[in-house]
Amino acid sequence: MSASEQHHHDPEECRRYLSSLSDYVDGTLGEELCRELEAHMRACENCRIVVNTLTKTIALYHQIPAPEMPRAVKERLYKVLHLDAYRPKSDPPDQSVTL
Amino acid sequence: MSNAHDDELIARLQAGDQAAYAQLVEEHAGKIYRLALRLMGNEADAEDVLQETFLSAFKSMDRFEARSSLSTWLYRIASNAALMRLRRKEPEQVSVDEPVERDDGELIPRQLFDFCCLPEEDLLREEARAEMQRAVDELPPSLRSVFVLRDIEGLSTEETAEALDLSVSAVKSRLMRARLKLRERLSQYFSHGSAISEAR
Repeated sequence: MSASEQHHHDPEECRRYLSSLSDYVDGTLGEELCRELEAHMRACENCRIVVNTLTKTIALYHQIPAPEMPRAVKERLYKVLHLDAYRPKSDPPDQSVTL
Repeated sequence: MSNAHDDELIARLQAGDQAAYAQLVEEHAGKIYRLALRLMGNEADAEDVLQETFLSAFKSMDRFEARSSLSTWLYRIASNAALMRLRRKEPEQVSVDEPVERDDGELIPRQLFDFCCLPEEDLLREEARAEMQRAVDELPPSLRSVFVLRDIEGLSTEETAEALDLSVSAVKSRLMRARLKLRERLSQYFSHGSAISEAR
């Protein structure tokens, strides 16, 4: 990539691709638009950063551990639903909740 | 969960089999609680939403027509319950039918710090995770619900649309707005953190 290509940034052109970025990172963008966007990104560092950080943002949220339901919450749920008698006897040990 | 599994369980539920009701709770309560916690942001409200979801599902089980999976149906009941509660809590700011802002100018990326190159230990430390959670909590409910179902719970775009009674294009549009807002927020946070470490 040439130096002039690296610093190319046309806000109007970038704006045109904004609504396609989410589909692009999901891999669901149409082939033609995908090629156009990739050509644009080769010349536009700002859009490359936005796409990279958008992808990373989603990946970081995927890595957050799922919060576990505390055992006491489950016990109260069975009680409210009048299903105590049908509750499985061997529940796994309680785990603390983290978001 | 396979369709055959759902079909068999639905038949038992609609026949009033109490063990089937307990099985439904065993199989789905964990993820409904997780969704409720992520939408409501606190354990007490999440528990209320969880109980309300199953009470409401049990009441309407005889009318369930299996047009969606049991899982998507429960997600739908839980999302409605959570959004109704949020609306009651903050009637001025929250509406279930809240229009998504139309000003694209607000979504134009302004933070251009490339935090991808930061060490994973910085990106995943406790404080960063707390900031990520705050960022989700501060999304408008109309965007938060789409982001949580689609990107955190891993539902497909179509399942998310079904769970929230939205069109696929509305889900895509809201998801994009949520993702761009979160990217903006995290870029700002990590650029600040990076400046602090460099100054040390």
